[in-house]
Amino acid sequence: MAALDELTTKAPAGPPPRRRLGPGRALVGAGRRMWRWLTSMRTALILLFLLALAAIPGSLLPQRNLNIDKVNQYLRQHPTLGPVLDHLWAYNVFSSPWFSAIYLLLFISLVGCVIPRLRAHIGAVMRVPPDAPSRLERLPAHAEGLDLPGDPATVAGRLSDLLRGRRFRVEVREQADGGRTVSAEKGHLKETGNILFHFSLLAILIAVALGSWYGYHADRLVVQGSDQGFCNTLQQYDQYGLGARVSPGSLEPFCLDLTSFEARYLANGEPSVYKAFVDYTIGDGPAKSTVIRVNHPLRLSHARIYLLGTGYAPVVKYTDRYGHSQTEVAPFLSTDAMQTSSGVIEFPDANVDPAKGVDPNDKRQVAFSGIFLPTVPSDPSVGHSAFPAERNPALMLTMYQGDLGLDAGIPTSVYSLDQHQIDTGRLKKVGDPIQLKPGQAKTLQDGTKIQFLGTRPWAAMQVRYDPGETLVLIGAVCLLVGLIVMLLGRRLRVWFRVPPQGPVTAGALARSVYPGFLTEFESIVEEARAGQSRPTPRGTQ
Amino acid sequence: MAALSDHLLVLAILAYALAMLTYAAEYAFSNRGMVARVAVRERPRELVAAGAPVGTGGPLDEPGPVDLAKRPAPAGPAADPRVATWAGRAATALTLLGWLAQLGCLMARGFAAHRVPWGNMYEFVLAVTLVGATAWLVLLIRRPSIRPLGLFVALALVILLGIDGVKLYTPVAPLVPALNSYWLKIHVTAAVTASGILMVGFVAAALTLVRTGYEAGKTRFPYSLGARLPAADGLERLAFRLHAFAFPIWTFAIICGAIWAEAAWGRYWGWDPKETWAFVAWVIYAGYLHARATPSVKRTIATWIAVIGWGAMMINLFVVNLVVSGLHSYAGVG
Ligand code: HEM
Repeated sequence: MAALDELTTKAPAGPPPRRRLGPGRALVGAGRRMWRWLTSMRTALILLFLLALAAIPGSLLPQRNLNIDKVNQYLRQHPTLGPVLDHLWAYNVFSSPWFSAIYLLLFISLVGCVIPRLRAHIGAVMRVPPDAPSRLERLPAHAEGLDLPGDPATVAGRLSDLLRGRRFRVEVREQADGGRTVSAEKGHLKETGNILFHFSLLAILIAVALGSWYGYHADRLVVQGSDQGFCNTLQQYDQYGLGARVSPGSLEPFCLDLTSFEARYLANGEPSVYKAFVDYTIGDGPAKSTVIRVNHPLRLSHARIYLLGTGYAPVVKYTDRYGHSQTEVAPFLSTDAMQTSSGVIEFPDANVDPAKGVDPNDKRQVAFSGIFLPTVPSDPSVGHSAFPAERNPALMLTMYQGDLGLDAGIPTSVYSLDQHQIDTGRLKKVGDPIQLKPGQAKTLQDGTKIQFLGTRPWAAMQVRYDPGETLVLIGAVCLLVGLIVMLLGRRLRVWFRVPPQGPVTAGALARSVYPGFLTEFESIVEEARAGQSRPTPRGTQ
Repeated sequence: MAALSDHLLVLAILAYALAMLTYAAEYAFSNRGMVARVAVRERPRELVAAGAPVGTGGPLDEPGPVDLAKRPAPAGPAADPRVATWAGRAATALTLLGWLAQLGCLMARGFAAHRVPWGNMYEFVLAVTLVGATAWLVLLIRRPSIRPLGLFVALALVILLGIDGVKLYTPVAPLVPALNSYWLKIHVTAAVTASGILMVGFVAAALTLVRTGYEAGKTRFPYSLGARLPAADGLERLAFRLHAFAFPIWTFAIICGAIWAEAAWGRYWGWDPKETWAFVAWVIYAGYLHARATPSVKRTIATWIAVIGWGAMMINLFVVNLVVSGLHSYAGVG
């Protein structure tokens, strides 16, 4: 039964357990047992299950990496449970220690399992097929009493040709009694597929790790215009995430600006086309122009630049009480699908007396909080835009004057006023809201003047670099190929025993008795009979 | 076109429901001889004998040929083989009719919307059940002995299509632009195919459990259904083959989805709820194949894992699309 055992052994067995061990030996023994437990298929199964289970909370609770606002909202709504869950990494499930522990254990198990298998497999591929077991009739498929004429050597030769023709690897052995055994084997590809599959899993894990260590991503809102572009340095981003091994100085040196933006919408307001026309330079290279669309990022040699969204940036000219005018371009964020947008326009240098300079105790800085509607609805009291494109645009502004609170050194949002300054009375609302059409100007209550010059489009861009990506893709393709080969592969061993005299016996063994197993064995036996009893191959019976 | 599609859906559901009834009639009227006659597919074998497992047994799974008619099914009180034969034929014909109506329904939708007809959740479920029905018909042609499963396949089709028509119905509309991508079409097609086959695989796995319980002598409700089912080990092998066929397709679907996500969102994997559940289902099915290849794990446990895998697929389809919101603006259910 040597052949049987060999075919069904999963992994090399450890050394037999010893009695009466010294402390050192006991430790080694315990370590060995642990290792054997960890690398058993049963443990792999348990770990796989735990992995699936552990991923579930990540889909049910809000996650910081997906939507930090939802996490904060959840924390506000669940004041007792929320923080407890936070301590358990429930909002960062996929980077939590327990999730990592499960997949790392799984992959250690995988290494411990696959490397011995690889070694055993290489051995098996190099080895000739093993000799026939002594009693073929005990195999799951067998045939007796095959009457094949000729001396053992000739019969064995013909059987071996037949099996080679069926893509078996064949070995003929002469027995002590002058008989022959023919051993044939095929289907090493199945095990090759299995090993490829499991190694691909490892490759993917390593590639994902590479990507998270050496990759980065950053967001930037780019307003149209050559004065509004940005370069790939951290200071110029609204938000970014760097891998653990990325230094800020090593980012790919490119600069980009938005020359124009094209947006088209269906009748129901859903966007059908977003196109960002951009100019970019790499290092000291020449400027190039290209188009970035949704689903079609700009791919530089490292970084890729994605178009995520768009909106409007009103352009406003303000003339202060000293006759000094300034123009600001302020991107507004859309608050609904129809591009109702809100934002603020700040003039921190307004109303500075040219004779006296800034008086820190009596600041007269100016800001406007605004709502922009690209299409004012037929009923203007609705307050929401009726369509995302600019069909009937209008800008609603409320003026504030006082200290904007920009000097405190605390980073503030550029899309809303500092509520603290308003609450403490340092920033006061002035007059009633005004509405402006593009080009329209109005004189405000205090005699200063505001003019709405129009809007410029902006594009939300994301810059990403993930050095592991190609390897992940290669890993995924290998995984799929390995999987298909593994599941399609048929591992089969066939033996013929040709005694010096009398009928031939045959037997076959498959690692798993696949559906066509018996049929295949039958057809081999049939062919052996037909081929041996008639001179013409494939004669009908 | 859109109205035609809606009518055809009703026709398909009716046909499957009738098929279910006739399958049930066949089930009730068939007797042992009948089941055995349908089930015998072995050719007489004078040459090759099927031996018992060798020695200690070991992980030599599946000895012997597929024999679905090993266990005699007790004859029902009203056993009438002729009724059963006719009911069986009618059931197959009705299933075919339902399939044709469903195919027409999906194609009419495609023509009405001028695009591939799996662009929202309603159409996705239509397509999945169509693949499931196709897989069932192909199996039935290749192996008539599995016909007793038809009752349960038709039940699954009626339930899914019923939920689809009542709860998920969406009028014909053009595709959301972000979904209009070449990789996405491949991704969704693969996901539909895998899900449809896994649906039939689930029916086979669940019935394997029922039949195993029946063969172990349990007589309580779900197990009593096992009386006229094919033998458990044949069913179990069928379930395995369906899953082994669908698993690479599901893997392919996930890979295509990742390629598309890379182009659309800048990352190939982001643990969005939809992605997370696709991963969970994948891991569970991998666990099933793994369990089945592990000698020390019982077949019943492995089969349970497959059933749980389908549970994860259903959660991904219904709970994630309708309850949990993510980046996948796919469902389109108002
Ligand atoms: C990391 C997660 C893993 C996944 C997703 C995975 C998946 C799979 C799949 C789908 C199969 C196919 C089973 C079949 O042929 O029907 C398989 C086979 C196998 N796996 Fe894994 N596996 C993983 C980890 C492991 C580990 C850690 C080990 C070792 C302890 C292991 C050992 C094996 C062996 C020995 C087989 C072949 C079984 C046979 O056909 O005889 N796998 N695996």
